[in-house]
Amino acid sequence: MVLDVEEGTSLGMSSERSLSGCGFNRRSFLKCALASGAALGVSEMAHPAAGMSAATEQQKQDDSRFIVEAKFYQKLPNRKIKCKLCPRECTVGDRERGYCGVRENRGGTYYTLVHSRVCAAHVDPVEKKPLFHYLPGSLAFSLATAGCNVNCKFCQNWDISQSRPEQLPAHYAPPQRVAQLAKQYACPTIAYTYSEPVVFSEYLMDTADAGHQAGIRSIVVSNGYMQEEALKAAYGKMDAVKIDLKAFSEKYYRDVVTGQLKPVLDTLVTLRKMGKWTEIVYLVLPGMNDGDAEFRGLAQWIKSNLGPDVPLHFTQFHPEYLLKNLPITPVPTLERAKAIADAEGLHYVYIGNVPGHPAQNTYCPKCRHMLVERAGFTANQMLIRKDGCCPFCRHPIPGIWHV
Amino acid sequence: MNTSHIASRRNFLKQALSGAAVLSTGSGTKLLADVEQRPAQAKLRVVVAHDALLRSAGSTVDSQRILALLDRAMQSLYDRDRPLEAWRKLVRPGELVGVKVNTLGGRGISSNPQLVAAICERLQQAGIKAGDIVVWDRDTDELERAGFHVAEGGNRVQCYGTDRVDYEQDLVAYGSVGSRLSKILTQRSDVLINVPVLKDHDGAGVTIALKNMYGVIHNPNKYHPNGCNPYVADLNMLPEIRTRMRLTICDATTAMYEGGPAFKPEHSWECNSLLVSQDPVALDYTGWQIIERKRAEHGLKTLETEQRAPSYIATAADAQHRLGINDPRKISTVEI
Repeated sequence: MVLDVEEGTSLGMSSERSLSGCGFNRRSFLKCALASGAALGVSEMAHPAAGMSAATEQQKQDDSRFIVEAKFYQKLPNRKIKCKLCPRECTVGDRERGYCGVRENRGGTYYTLVHSRVCAAHVDPVEKKPLFHYLPGSLAFSLATAGCNVNCKFCQNWDISQSRPEQLPAHYAPPQRVAQLAKQYACPTIAYTYSEPVVFSEYLMDTADAGHQAGIRSIVVSNGYMQEEALKAAYGKMDAVKIDLKAFSEKYYRDVVTGQLKPVLDTLVTLRKMGKWTEIVYLVLPGMNDGDAEFRGLAQWIKSNLGPDVPLHFTQFHPEYLLKNLPITPVPTLERAKAIADAEGLHYVYIGNVPGHPAQNTYCPKCRHMLVERAGFTANQMLIRKDGCCPFCRHPIPGIWHV
Repeated sequence: MNTSHIASRRNFLKQALSGAAVLSTGSGTKLLADVEQRPAQAKLRVVVAHDALLRSAGSTVDSQRILALLDRAMQSLYDRDRPLEAWRKLVRPGELVGVKVNTLGGRGISSNPQLVAAICERLQQAGIKAGDIVVWDRDTDELERAGFHVAEGGNRVQCYGTDRVDYEQDLVAYGSVGSRLSKILTQRSDVLINVPVLKDHDGAGVTIALKNMYGVIHNPNKYHPNGCNPYVADLNMLPEIRTRMRLTICDATTAMYEGGPAFKPEHSWECNSLLVSQDPVALDYTGWQIIERKRAEHGLKTLETEQRAPSYIATAADAQHRLGINDPRKISTVEI
């Protein structure tokens, strides 16, 4: 199967697309994707550009190959089920779907509809996730399926995250094939990203296993809105995790995210206990989650519950989806957030989505030398030693720095 | 839930018990007993048309009788002596007419194809070209499973799902709702005739007219929390829906009082009725009471007791929405 660019098929909606100079509409994004050679005709396994340029296949998708019994649910009387994947715990009647739109009750058995059903695939720098303390300068074979278990009003990828799988063109990409592709494109890592990997946990788990068998690592970019058992089973297979902590208030989570803060904080603590390398992104929305007290509370919570070495990225918001009326986050707001977090004692506080800002670089917290220099999504210079220490003062710099 | 609405509903049920209004007592009996028969504007009227002999052998709906039942309902709603006079009040030649059915429940509890055929027949007789009528729901396969024959192109009544033409690229938003709309609605329909079914819904309480609009958007799964309230009301406020919506013809030939939205034969009954109104809120309220009565007959708790009363109906009627009337004292329910 190949893709029809002119029909505006949704192949890859990276959350940082605004930084690459693309416009916000789908068509211009796809042109941008073509130019970067990022998207893949997965089932054809051709060169990305070749896959993108061919004509589309209009045939209805064979859905059966994407449908696998879900792992995390409980059967109830009268052919109902209770989903145990995320804290929402949807009770789903026969022939209905959960909030995510990608898991369906069929006769009292719950199924995921998105196993191996990839709607977006790109080769991205790992800095784009962003993960700054994980193999700097490396590539990640990045993929997504449709669906999300929240509905953030600012979502930059809403056209895939808020769609049902049958509404999006998709490729059949079984786990072994993904691992093979990652190798083919010289990616040491597979990244589950763009939409919300929580909702395709079964596929993520199988693909991580296939990747590890082939010597390929796995990372996930997630909202962390997940039940503990599912979290341990699925993200236990990850080599690194990036969590979008969308605010530090329950009100914001309720009103803007359609979720809850507490379970996400629990996820971060659990990941810490599991020893998973974790970085946190906080998207700063002007007037919505940008108060000093909120920044301070966030930093204090991170320091006391996760420690001072967890990287925290304050990233710039660009108007999208249901919040197009808000302005872009002013850079001084991001700098204020960083100053507060720095003052609270966090060691690695970054500013994201602002190309060229010095707070994109990694500095040694002890001697203040710059250790990783970044420009956009590119790591220009990486000085951290093989043993993970600063070459100037030998201070250990936490992270996964070398393959 | 709006407490004044609860009070209204309780008053209404008291009236019902005292013989002032609703409800069915069994197969072949009136759904709405001793209905107030005073004249009312069509837009305030809910016609409940019933035919105890609707079905021929094998429980199949008789196509001639369903046409006759539809005619009676339309004549009553519009106060006209002949059915075509009523239809000509509804549509004008040259208009594109979308007939939005509900096919989630398969053959067991979907909009009846024979009823839809009767609607299309009358539309054509009222001057609408066959090719300007489209019978639709979200998914073509579901239409086929419900017994509809898919038809695209040519001078015939069209029938297909949104999956064939996709949703609009751009979002539309109102209140809590932000969605992409079916291109069948936006590009193929000047007029919308809503043909839902009458059934219980495990989350929303009931799904009748207002909630049938979930089949118009790309992301209905996002709007089921909190008993679909206020999402159902907000969705129906979208100008693209509100300005096109002219009539609801609720197919209550088969209805379901428990276990919905999927078909549960053990909880369905042959209601042999149509509910017709220009006011989707009044129609939903009336349909809800019919379901409550049937639940009571079967010894089931009220939806309110089960904490799943359809509170979105009151929201649809509130000052922010004004999509219709949910006050039983103001609804003119006409049983024929």
